[in-house]
Amino acid sequence: MFQLDEEQRLILQSVREIVEKEIKPRATLLDETGEFPWEAIRIFAKNDILNPLLPRKYGGVEVSIYTFCMIVEEIAKACASSALLLIAQAEGTWSIVCGADESLKEKYLKRLAGDSKVLTGLGAIEPSAGSGIFSLPTRAELRGDQYILQGEKCFAKNGSVADFLVLYACTDPSKGSRGISAFVVEKGFPGLVPKRDENKMGMRGTIYSEILLENLGVPRENLIGQEGDGFSIMLKTLSASRLFTAAQAVGLAQGAMEEAISYARRRVQFGKAISTYAPIQFMIAEMATGIESARLLTYQTALLFDQEEWRKAGTHAAMAKLIASETAMKVTTDAVQIMGGYGYMKDYPVERMMRDAKLIQVHAGTNQIMKLIIGRDLTGIS
Amino acid sequence: MFDQTSFLPTKELKNFKDRIQRVARNEIALQAPLVDEEEFFNHEVESLLWDLGLMTLTFPEKYGGYRKGRNVALCIAVEEIAKVCASSALLLIIQAVGSFPIIHGGSNELKQKYLPQMSEGRKLVAYLVTEPTSGSDIAGIQTTAVWDGNEFILNGSKCFATSGGVAGIYSVLAKTSEGKGNGNSSFFLVERESPGLSIGRTESKLGQRGSNTTEVFLDNVRVPAENLLGREGDGFLIAMKDFDMSRPAIGAQALGIAEGAFEAILQFIKEGHTLGKSIADHPFIQTILADSAMLIEASRVFVYRAAILNDEGKNSTKFASMAKCFAGDAAMKITTDAIDVIQVLSGYGFLKDFQVERMFRDAKLTQIFEGTNQIQRLVIARQILKESMSFNK
Repeated sequence: MFQLDEEQRLILQSVREIVEKEIKPRATLLDETGEFPWEAIRIFAKNDILNPLLPRKYGGVEVSIYTFCMIVEEIAKACASSALLLIAQAEGTWSIVCGADESLKEKYLKRLAGDSKVLTGLGAIEPSAGSGIFSLPTRAELRGDQYILQGEKCFAKNGSVADFLVLYACTDPSKGSRGISAFVVEKGFPGLVPKRDENKMGMRGTIYSEILLENLGVPRENLIGQEGDGFSIMLKTLSASRLFTAAQAVGLAQGAMEEAISYARRRVQFGKAISTYAPIQFMIAEMATGIESARLLTYQTALLFDQEEWRKAGTHAAMAKLIASETAMKVTTDAVQIMGGYGYMKDYPVERMMRDAKLIQVHAGTNQIMKLIIGRDLTGIS
Repeated sequence: MFDQTSFLPTKELKNFKDRIQRVARNEIALQAPLVDEEEFFNHEVESLLWDLGLMTLTFPEKYGGYRKGRNVALCIAVEEIAKVCASSALLLIIQAVGSFPIIHGGSNELKQKYLPQMSEGRKLVAYLVTEPTSGSDIAGIQTTAVWDGNEFILNGSKCFATSGGVAGIYSVLAKTSEGKGNGNSSFFLVERESPGLSIGRTESKLGQRGSNTTEVFLDNVRVPAENLLGREGDGFLIAMKDFDMSRPAIGAQALGIAEGAFEAILQFIKEGHTLGKSIADHPFIQTILADSAMLIEASRVFVYRAAILNDEGKNSTKFASMAKCFAGDAAMKITTDAIDVIQVLSGYGFLKDFQVERMFRDAKLTQIFEGTNQIQRLVIARQILKESMSFNK
């Protein structure tokens, strides 16, 4: 099942080189300053990995979901923030790929082609809704040839820097989730007001924005699909996003474990390398076992996406996100533990990885929501 | 929230606790986010702790020590302060840890000379044991102390010294004879102004960022013979006895952090951020509340049992390690969960505007310092085996 083909092998090799040379050395500073990784964008764009999912038809490379997960994992080993860039891009792209008509795809997807540095993202969450995105207070009303959007979005990845964003709003409150619609909005549309970027504990090299929609006028043709299509587009996008987040968590955990192992082999206490002591070996064994399980589930889920088994893919994506991020939290916490005082200091990357892991547990839907999704699907309660 | 009466035998201790709680909530709590964000040592809080008499709790009574039950008093103070600011609580712990070798190893003349400087002159003390290549392995230190006439000459590098850059007095562990056994090291009192003592860089840390952590270098530092603490070769023994006091205190710090996070969860639930549902509809929140409360109550039993045993002069090594290990692991779990609860209720758990993400970072250190929790488990197991062997005899 997990045999890599020649193309995947080449992509992986090239991503590894880029990460080693360009991404890893920048990870600490990115975290420290909390700045946006413009340099990573330039490097990813130049090497065709900023939007690897973009269909060939619109000038993209169009790798499989499986390959995309590999790329995300590889980047996250060194810098989870930089990996999130790809996820944010994919979220914006995916909503359009899944639901938009040809002319809208032509208009926006082509902007992401080649070495384009155009940024996109997704605005789904609202301050009063959190993970309960099924009720959206944000309203969209058709007036003439424009929709007027009124409301507020928060935790929008790339929110304040994106060139275009996919936003969800309610076109018909009486219809519940079937009254939700998706729109493409561009930076510079009057009424799209970035309020502030959050100051976060982890994943500090990313932007999560609060955005105000103040009588935001959106051309009618920027509606994705039909009115009421929003919910199913959002579900597909969020499922994919959870899978990508799982891949990111697997990478992060792998990176932290490698740091811990390399330290444990160097660090001598009581006359021997600490890697020779059973308590340390137990911790490393648990790390590796957790990571391998999470990785298997993640890539199995990726195959389900590639085979378009949507229903199963959605539940599995929730499972993958749950197990991979719980594993990442445990592995990074234990990596700090193995490295002791050094692990706790900013000179070593594992304390950053631990902060990043906590964010993965709560973003793309908290793990508590993942459990609800899985539980409801298995018990037949919707 | 939690009734401590069963561990507070006297009205005096209860009043003591209430007084600290008031100051912690009204004054120290406000400083906590700032010292964390800007990572600086807050002299204002330091003065407050001196004013309250908390910096000398473990000293002999005539130098400002608590009258009776000093370990319990220390744990109460640490717990109350850690509820709002772990960094500030750490200052109390390190003051007790650093002065321990002086109080329990120094001659009467030495104590008469230095303890007033500390209690009245408000000098901070640091504990210089850890070295770049020697953490849990205390017997593996490289710093040396060599006789020269009436003096010792100290050479070596110490790291991760809490209060290292702000202390006026240091308790330094150095090797006084060759080899790697437990009887080869000794503690020395070294003054900040001693020629050859220099402060290296200040570390930037994941949490407890309001505490000052530095390297300290000793380059041919000359120390008078009377500054030897205890007898030559007593270093390891004193360090182990110090742990019996410090580990419950770290447990108390972890307990305080956990309670702070727990209070934050309750506060949030009361404020009604609930996805439009009543809290009763969130069974996962109830599970976390119940699990957290159990861990907190159990931590409290461990911490105060260890402190009481130590105050009574009984062997408390096993319970000291249990207190530190259990409470540290509990604090890590509770603070990790607290972020989830607030995230689910509001979507804001991981943001810096809320206190729990700081508590999560602060908690991690309690699993590491004063012996990692892996070492604690070894200590506990060894004590159990020792007890069972003496029982069989």
